Amino acid sequence: MAEIKDVVLEYVIDEYVDEDDDVEVTFDTPLISSGLVDSFSMVSLKAFLEKKYEIRLPDEEATPEAFDTVNSIVALVQKHVEP
Amino acid sequence: MSNIGSYDERLRDFDWGIAGDVLGWRDGEILNIGAICSDRVCERGGGDKTALIWEGFGERRASYTFRDLKRLSNAFAKHLVDLGLEPGDRICIFMDKIPSLYFSFLGILKMGGIAQPLFSAFGEESLEVRLASAGTRAVLTTAKHVKKVRRIRDRLPSLERVIVVDGDEKKLREGESFFDVEAAPPVEEFDVYRSGPETPSVLHYTSGTTGQPKGALHVHGSIWAQALSTSWVLDLGEDDIYWCTADPGWVTGTSYGIIGPWALGATQCVLDSGFTASRWYQFIQDNRVTVWYSAPTAIRSLMREGTGSVGKFDLSSLRHLASVGEPLNAEAVIWSEEAYGLPFHDTFWQTETGAIMISNYPGMSIKPGSMGKTFPGITGTVLDLKTHEPIREPGKVGLIAFRPGWPSMFRAYWEQPDIYRSKFVGAAADAEPDALRTDPDVWYVSGDRASIDKDGYYWFVGRDDDVINTGGHLVGPFEIESALIEHEAIAEAAAVGKPDDVNMEVVKAFVMLNPGYEATGDLELDIMNFIRKRLSPLAMPQEIEFRDKLPKTRSGKILRRYLRALEWGEEVGDLSTLEDD
Repeated sequence: MAEIKDVVLEYVIDEYVDEDDDVEVTFDTPLISSGLVDSFSMVSLKAFLEKKYEIRLPDEEATPEAFDTVNSIVALVQKHVEP
Repeated sequence: MSNIGSYDERLRDFDWGIAGDVLGWRDGEILNIGAICSDRVCERGGGDKTALIWEGFGERRASYTFRDLKRLSNAFAKHLVDLGLEPGDRICIFMDKIPSLYFSFLGILKMGGIAQPLFSAFGEESLEVRLASAGTRAVLTTAKHVKKVRRIRDRLPSLERVIVVDGDEKKLREGESFFDVEAAPPVEEFDVYRSGPETPSVLHYTSGTTGQPKGALHVHGSIWAQALSTSWVLDLGEDDIYWCTADPGWVTGTSYGIIGPWALGATQCVLDSGFTASRWYQFIQDNRVTVWYSAPTAIRSLMREGTGSVGKFDLSSLRHLASVGEPLNAEAVIWSEEAYGLPFHDTFWQTETGAIMISNYPGMSIKPGSMGKTFPGITGTVLDLKTHEPIREPGKVGLIAFRPGWPSMFRAYWEQPDIYRSKFVGAAADAEPDALRTDPDVWYVSGDRASIDKDGYYWFVGRDDDVINTGGHLVGPFEIESALIEHEAIAEAAAVGKPDDVNMEVVKAFVMLNPGYEATGDLELDIMNFIRKRLSPLAMPQEIEFRDKLPKTRSGKILRRYLRALEWGEEVGDLSTLEDD
């Protein structure tokens, strides 16, 4: 089973980075604070995570800070995934 | 003492000539917004004053004086003229909030062009609709966004010039040109186009209930209202550091993010970075922002972070706060007073009005949750929903309406005089737009409902149509539905607003699928991303409900109001036209 971080990184690159972009996205690349993913687009990312991992991310935890890097997203997801 | 002083006294003595007094206007000056916001400030001794403090992502920072603003906007103006662009041409700016956006906006106005700023998050379909409608002749864009323009260029016969302002010149394609304004030779003087009060200046696209977005056309004379309201509502003074968080792709970002403040020679700062509370507070602290004009959606996002975040920063420079875009709920006003020691002052206006129409004013009591009172010089009312007569009874809900004739009133919907006429209650079926603007017997209706209390304060109730106000931006359901049915899985669609704690409302789509498609979580996500990329993140449905059938009238029209009423827990109203199920 693919690691969460690889799945999330791949999704972010597929959905939010245009193939012509020169941007390199890593696990630590700021997503929200860089403008790569805006707060409205965050909703589709949250929806992806909830469906993929069959979890519910509370609104108060799904903040721009929590979604700012792949690593921080993974930390949030792992908190809610059944062990 | 605030600039407005006593609101009641201003009401008694009001004349729009006061705007000229505030600007120190002299007979014979050229009424050109681009020049007023740069050259004129220099002529009045402000050349060395900081005009723009800019911060971008990743520690990028720059600062420009009014003299820089003059030279750099001159350079853009000259470049556009050298390319063969002419007064009256629609010239689009499709950029993030980078310095060149601001320089080029002023430059376009200086050469007599019509500036058409567009939100850089627009997908190619949203971009194409607006450029096609306007017959845009040139687009100024960046390396990051030019690919969207490339994908639609073949379908835009009017588009002659695509000018990229950054990045690697060698990566440009045929038919594109490069112009890095800060690397170009400085242009000290430019022969500014001799515009007048009725010369077209800015074209802002705005969404309606039906059809595609419409271009609201503004004129150079709008500056009287923008400058005066900046002085009286935002209370900007000589020593202020002002931050308007709006993107100039929307009217707030031009009227109050460029024109009003720079006409007054005020220093403003711009943050081109994604929203996080800490970044915003850091920005206020670092730049000692004194006046902050933001949006209820952002304020509610900051509320969610709590006052704990506030305490980590020194925000003591703040002295006046105002908000725009959607009604500011009472809770947010009360919270801001607790968090910042200052309440946000709600302001109400629209793309079509060009400047603030109803507001809370410095020094005047705020009733939390109220829009405030009409700006001096504006005659406002609420009209009975059936008779369209002004309502005298306090607290009764009607349509917000204004007598036409204020300086920043839009002059047209681009090439759509019938739709323009429809915004005026009491207008003759064949009334010309020019006549409507000064007709004392008609009312311009904003499309919103409100009541007025016994003290003259307006209280917002909701839209009178199907337009969705999400995060302070209007999105039209037709545009979303048209894009939805382009998805291979979707046969029919309806888009409405559903309640949201932070954004006031967000888009929800109801879809009926084509045969062979199943309603799954994957399909829902696919549709969301499909719309996000084609239109914009704002237009993206945040929820999709799959239905076997959509409610329609017997004539086949989808009943959006029924779906909307269900979402808001409201009465569904008269269903006698509903198709039998």
